This record gives sequence, structure tokens and C-alpha cells, in this order.
Amino acid sequence: MTDSIKLTIYRRDPDLDTAPKYQTYEIQPEPGQTVLMALYHILENVDKSLAFRASCRSAVCGSCGMHINGKNRLACETQLAPLGNEICIEPLPHLPVLKDLVVDMSSFWRKYEKVRPYLITLKEPPASGKERLQSIPDRKKIDDFIDCILCACCHSACTLDAWSDGYLGPAVLAKAYRFVADTRDEGGAERLKLVGSEEGVLRCHTIFNCTEECPKRIPITFGIQEMKKKVVWGKLTGKM
Amino acid sequence: MLKHQVIVIGGGLAGLRAAVESARLGADTAVLSLLYPVRSHSGAAQGGVNAALANMPECKDDSPAKHAYDTVKGADFLADQDCAEILTTDAPARIYELEHWGVPFSRTEDGRISQRPFGGAGYPRTCYAADKTGLYILHTLNEQAVKLGIKVYNEWAAIALASDGALNHGLVALNLQTGEIASFAADAVVFAVGGAGRIYKRTSNAMQSTGYCLGVAYKAGIPLKDMEFVQFHPTTIVGTNILMTEGARGEGGYLLNNQGERFMQRYAAKAMELAPRDIVSRSIQIEVNEGRGFPEGGGCVHLDLRHLGREKILERLPGIRELAISFLGIDCIEKPVPVQPGQHFIMGGIDTDKDGATILPGVYAAGECACVSVHGANRLGGNSLLECVVMGQRAGAAAGKFVKGKASAIKEAVLNDAAKKATAEVEALLKSSGKERLVNLRDEMAQTMTDQIGIFREDKAMREALATLHALRVRYRNVGVDAKHRKFNLDLLRTLELGGMLDVAESIAAGAVARQESRGGHSRLDFKTRDDANWMKHTRAHYTPDGARLTYTPVTKTKWEPEERKY
Repeated sequence: MTDSIKLTIYRRDPDLDTAPKYQTYEIQPEPGQTVLMALYHILENVDKSLAFRASCRSAVCGSCGMHINGKNRLACETQLAPLGNEICIEPLPHLPVLKDLVVDMSSFWRKYEKVRPYLITLKEPPASGKERLQSIPDRKKIDDFIDCILCACCHSACTLDAWSDGYLGPAVLAKAYRFVADTRDEGGAERLKLVGSEEGVLRCHTIFNCTEECPKRIPITFGIQEMKKKVVWGKLTGKM
Repeated sequence: MLKHQVIVIGGGLAGLRAAVESARLGADTAVLSLLYPVRSHSGAAQGGVNAALANMPECKDDSPAKHAYDTVKGADFLADQDCAEILTTDAPARIYELEHWGVPFSRTEDGRISQRPFGGAGYPRTCYAADKTGLYILHTLNEQAVKLGIKVYNEWAAIALASDGALNHGLVALNLQTGEIASFAADAVVFAVGGAGRIYKRTSNAMQSTGYCLGVAYKAGIPLKDMEFVQFHPTTIVGTNILMTEGARGEGGYLLNNQGERFMQRYAAKAMELAPRDIVSRSIQIEVNEGRGFPEGGGCVHLDLRHLGREKILERLPGIRELAISFLGIDCIEKPVPVQPGQHFIMGGIDTDKDGATILPGVYAAGECACVSVHGANRLGGNSLLECVVMGQRAGAAAGKFVKGKASAIKEAVLNDAAKKATAEVEALLKSSGKERLVNLRDEMAQTMTDQIGIFREDKAMREALATLHALRVRYRNVGVDAKHRKFNLDLLRTLELGGMLDVAESIAAGAVARQESRGGHSRLDFKTRDDANWMKHTRAHYTPDGARLTYTPVTKTKWEPEERKY
């Protein structure tokens, strides 16, 4: 039998608790068990008041971003075994807590909506009604950035996000870059204006926290800097 | 009281597509979703979406009619043929529209949408974006909803409809974030609540694909159709049952037994691994039952992709490679992946017509939760995302037109009554000192469904399952909720869900016991053949407190006579 492990979980119901508390649960891990499965085990068998978000359990829905042993990760794809015998699970940092591991995402979604996060086209689609053509190499340009699942792991890992309510943050900027880099999109100049301010790409200090903590390994800092180059060039040449 | 002309329940592909359509028609439209829309399980769809675009050299003479025929044959002739034709005729326009909205489809050399072969299809017809097609379409539709300014009620669970029997007046829902219960006045409600996989133990579906919300429609008097037809996907990862896309076989992957043999040659010599899912799942189960499987996870076979080579796997199947590495520690470039069939889809659902309308005026349904029927007894891979966008659009249009230019006929008294009743039920659950516990009831239901209403079925086991489900429904009346807090009370939510799940499970079992034939996903050891003379008809389950009451309706035939399904 494997040794038991200790899961220490951040607990807080803001209606009742003035401060968070950390509660420790001892469990017998099963081979291949993930952090998410351990949370379900606790919810079902030990403490039914525990709150967390989850759905797909296969790293695609983005619900279960959490701060696990000091790093933002998706609980569903994080195996218990490599984490050792003492595991600390906290909500994503820098976001208000609704209950336990559930954070208030409303500021995140508000920022997301600010960058006009949809394809902007000026020209009508082909008269045939068929698809716009896009070459394989052009399509490849957005390969990494379309994989974003909006889990907010990068957003809450960004120290600049923590300092400023107004900063759009890496996830939202990555979404903007997904369109800036899409050869079908014609909203480039407008979108660069939306992100080309102190609250946008200019605030990024290239600390790389976002890129390091992205569960999908999206080179977020790269995208931000690509946009920053365009913005700075636009300002230098008087086009922005 | 909150009020909208149209409220769509569910923010997945079908729900968002319906909401976009209804909003475009000018109706005041809102989405009410248990999850943030981008968290919906549509996002886990991998392989692609079918449309006869004829973009590949091998499919120059493909057409919507051929797509419809494949769909009807795949459905084992239980699909309504007029509806299958609508599905495939609307398909190209819906896919091009998605491209215009920004879906990053994979491309052909000449820049068009690329297509791959899928099971049961005569041509490479499945449009795809690597192996993350659902994720990209879901995010694109969410972007369109943002663009149109559609109001979304995030993390609300619909718990009851407000109907007076002649007309629906809205719904009652629980706000998960606050614990508050509120009523929503709505002239039209569209159900787009997805699948019910969690009724089963082994399922590819998300934790939140409980199907409880089908129970909300069912309890309001709307029949559930063809519920006995459940799809088991042949290739889910052993243990977690996470999906390995059919695209893996579409790209040329093999299924191997413990002799290293491509056993599909015994079951579908021509189509091999690309036979329809019901056939491949049964074949795998036979291999396992007859001792030619591997022991992991109670029996499995191998999905072997090694011969595809590193480059093709990284380009076409990067997502499932990551999944197998994360959840099994196996890199499919170097090793085969152990897979087994798992519940994946319900062909049945809320009974609708070809525009998503139910028998209750003002209520519509679309996507997996609905049954039009386009999938009949077995759905083809690539047709579910298609159903979401085609039927989502049609249901959204129908709802939008239903409310347009009409004075609202909402009776507040009906809504208030429904809210009072739902609130009393929730409060009673929170106060209950009932002895039964959620986890026991839920596990027993799921195990029973997997063991006794699974891939192979027979009378005795199914009757026992039905009796177990009846007993569970009785025990559920004595269930207690231990967690008493208001915000994000998962114990409460999951207990509420279980009530609906048990009703839905019972409708599956009842339909399955009654149907004395084998057709598509319903495969009986005691009635091994299809019986068109007696059973070419749809089952309709009507809710009663004692269990489903079954009636039957005819299947619509247009062009195709039933034939033997050979692949």
C-alpha cells in the first residue's frame, strides 16, 4: 500500500469567515490519481462543503485552474504522485474568492470583452458563399494561440495583473494576438489601438510568468511582444 | 423577476448557435448556463464536423444526398429521412458560416477547408481543425455571442419549467454563485443542455454532462424520444475513459488485439477500423469477452498509431497525443494506447420536430439533448457538432420567430407558482435529515447502467436494472444534503442533478427492455436481428411518478428502403 498523503486546502466562505483557513485532509492516493480526482474524493466522502470548479477532466474546458504547490495548473491533468506527500491547493491568486477554490472570474471576462475578441472583417466573404482561402503556412501562424482555453492560469500568475485593475493581462492579450496574427482578420489597426496602451502590451515587463504557467504551453509573452513591436513602430512612424 | 423573450439553457455549441440566431432575428435573447459557455463539453469534441463540401480530390462527387444516405444507414434506418436530409443539406452553409466567423479549420494545399475520413462515411467528409475542432468552434461561437452582446447568466442551474400545460412561461433556476433561486420569464425557452454520460460509470463525457436537465423537460410533460439508443465510443482511454478521437482511425490508426491482429477484419472487412461506432465498439467488446483483449481497466485493446509517424501525429493529432501522455504516460508516437469502449453520446433526447419545437408551445431543444431524429439508432462520427450548428440555428430561428411581434402571453402567476414549488423542494433538501447519500445512489445507478444497459443487453439483466432504478428513485426521496452553505453548494447541486439523472436513466432502461430487437446502439443477445416489421418506430417516454409510460411514433421514410448494414 502506498503511503497516505496530506492535502492542505484553502477554505473560505466570505459570508461566514473573516479570514481564510487551511484544512488538511489525509488520503490514500491511487495510482494515476489526479488532484481533481482527489478533490472529488474529499467532496464525496470526507467534506461535502468543499467548493471547486471542474467539468471536462481532460484539460480542455479550463474550469479547474488552481494554485497547486505554488504553481498555477489544471487540477485535472496534475498527477498527485510527482507532487510529494504534502500538497497545498489554493485558489488562483489575485482574484477574489467566492468560496474555497472558486474565484470570481467576472473581472477576467470583462477584460476579455474589451479587446473585441472576435474576427473582424471588412470585406464580404466570397460571393460563392464558400470559405475564405487561407494557406497552410498562414493557418500555422495562429497554431499556438488558438489553443487558449481561457483558464486564467496565466492571468493570475502575472504580477503586473496583480498591481493593476486596469491591465488587460496575458490571457486577454493572447486572445487579441490570436486575431492580430490571423491573416483573415482585418481589425488589426483598431485592435492594436485597444491593446497599445499602458493598460495593454506596454505594461508587459517580459517576466514570462504567463508563458511558464500556461498549461497549454502557449508562448504568450511572444505574442504580447509581437504586438508591442507593431504598436511601438506605429507610434514611431506616426501611424498610431 | 428577470425577463427575456428567448432564454437558451446551455452555452455549448447548440445553445450558442441558437442564441446567435435568435439575437440576429432581433429577439431579446439570453443564455443561462451551468458553466461559463467556453467550459461546455462541446469543447472536448475532437475529430471534426461533417459536410459534403467536396474539397478533397477523393470526394469530388460527394453530395448532401450521399451524406444523408450514410447518415440514415449509420442510423440503422431509424433516423427520420426528411430530417437527415435537412441536416446534410444545411451542413455546407453552416460550416462556411463558421469559417467566416473565424473557426481556424485545417486547410488543403489550395487553402480550402481540409476534410478527413470518418467512420461510416463514403467520402472524406469531416471538416476538422487538427484534433480540437469542438474547442475552436465553441470559442468562435462564444466570440460571436460576445459580439452580439448576448446576455449570459453564468453558473445558473435550471431546475424547473413554468408551464401551465398549454404554454410555457419561463423557468426557475438556481444561481450557483449565490445560492439564490430566481424565476425567469421567457416567451420561448430553448434546451441545449448536452449529453447525459454521467448516468454511466464508463463515459467519455464531462463531470457536468449529467443530463439532469433532460429531466426538467421530461417532468414538464415533454416526451423523451429513443432514449434506449446510447452510443459507446470505441476508443476511450482505459481508466479515465477520456476520448481518443475517431480521427485517429480516420488518419489510418489500427485497432489491435492481444495477438497483434487487426481484428476488425472479422467484423467489417471493407471499412475495417472505420466502420460505424456501434459496430466497432461491439467488436472490441467481443474481443475482450473472448479473451483476446488486454487486462487493463477490465479489458481493452490497443489503438496503434506508430506507423503514422511523428510528423503526421504532431500535425493532425497533437491533442490526443497530449492526453495519452498526461493521463497514461504513453506517447502514441512510440507505443500503442490501451483503449476501451465508453458511453459517449445519447442518440435519444427531448422529442422535437425538424425546427427544434417540442409539443409544449414555447419550448424548443437542440443538440445532443434533443432528438429530431437525425441519428436514429446510431450516430456517425462528425454528425454531432453538425447537429449542434444546424439544429441550433433552426431552433434559434424558430424561437426567434415564435416571439417576434407578439405580445407576451406570460402569466406571472404560473411563474410564481413554479418558483415557490422549486424553492420549497430545494429548502426541503437542505433541511432534510434523510438517511440516503448522494454518492451511494449515484454510484449504484452508474454501475447498473454500465453493467446492465451497456453495449450488449438481454432481458433479465435489463429488468433487474429497471427494478434497481425504481428502487433508487424511491430511496432518492429520502436523500439528505450534508452541506448547508449557500454559495457554490456542490452537494446540493449534485443532489438536485441526481433526481433528474434517475428519471432519465429509467427512461433509457424502460425503452431498452421494451424494444425486442437489435438496432444500432441497442444490441440484444436475446433478439439479435433488426425487426423492421415491428420495431421501425420511435419510442416516446412520457414521465409519470412511477416511471416512463411508452408510446411509439412512425419513422419518416423519403428515399431509402431499409437494407442490411454491411461495411
